[in-house]
Amino acid sequence: MSFRSAVITFPGSNCDRDMADALEKVSGTAPHRVWHGDAALPDGLDFIALPGGFSYGDYLRSGAMAARSPIMQAVIAAAGKGVPVLGVCNGFQVLTEAGLLPGALMRNAGIRFVCREVKLKVENTQSLFTAGYSAGQEITIPVAHHDGNYFADAEALDRLEGEGRVAFRYAEPVNGSARDIAGVLNAAGNVLGMMPHPERVIEPAHGGTDGRALFESAVRGLVGA
Amino acid sequence: MKVRVFVSLKNGVLDPQGRAIHHAIEGLGIHSVQDVRAGKMIELEVDASVTDAQLEEMAAKLLTNTVIENYRIERVQP
Repeated sequence: MSFRSAVITFPGSNCDRDMADALEKVSGTAPHRVWHGDAALPDGLDFIALPGGFSYGDYLRSGAMAARSPIMQAVIAAAGKGVPVLGVCNGFQVLTEAGLLPGALMRNAGIRFVCREVKLKVENTQSLFTAGYSAGQEITIPVAHHDGNYFADAEALDRLEGEGRVAFRYAEPVNGSARDIAGVLNAAGNVLGMMPHPERVIEPAHGGTDGRALFESAVRGLVGA
Repeated sequence: MKVRVFVSLKNGVLDPQGRAIHHAIEGLGIHSVQDVRAGKMIELEVDASVTDAQLEEMAAKLLTNTVIENYRIERVQP
């Protein structure tokens, strides 16, 4: 059975090709490429990815304009039906702005753009996206962002932690994120947003392969090995 | 007519930009500033028929992210 996925491209997305390449390399099937102005998604999708970049030039707030673009109504509806949605970097910002994930991504506490490899701790290994990692595993994934400082109020953070919805945590402070949160899941577990870029480390030529297990576990979980 | 929407960060939300501005003010040799919070002002040119409910909707659904920001709407008298 082939893996039917879609990568959404917004004006200003710049990691959509990398995301599509990672999905194709791991699943063996090229994803559909969907434009932000499209009103509908292809039928029968197994997986939707919102890539990194600087949609709409980060105007107003990072991800704010993209979250209100026509295709996002279809993404929100699909997520509500349980279709897995992965948002990386700007994709994570779009998911919070669209209300699919709690919290907000603010300017990095150190003001500077952060572009380097970071160590992450895998906190949740029960989700579709993280089942390929072991609990507490330390992995190395690159980040490249200016607005990655995760904020939510204490009550929301306690709820996320209590429900096991913190998927990844920075092993050391990177951008001022509350409780060093690098990635969170929605309550149903089918939407993951994360600032680090797993699609950039899926084969040895990338300098690392720690992102590959995320795509492998999703493909395995959705269409079998 | 003009409407101005003032957007500010909620209390308790750290403002790295404000902190950097504060640091730069001290670089001017002025040390009488205790704190700086940066926000933004969005000016709309609207029909006189715009309702308060429409302004609220714009401010709450798009112009601000109410997880981290507050807003204040001001109709500017011509």
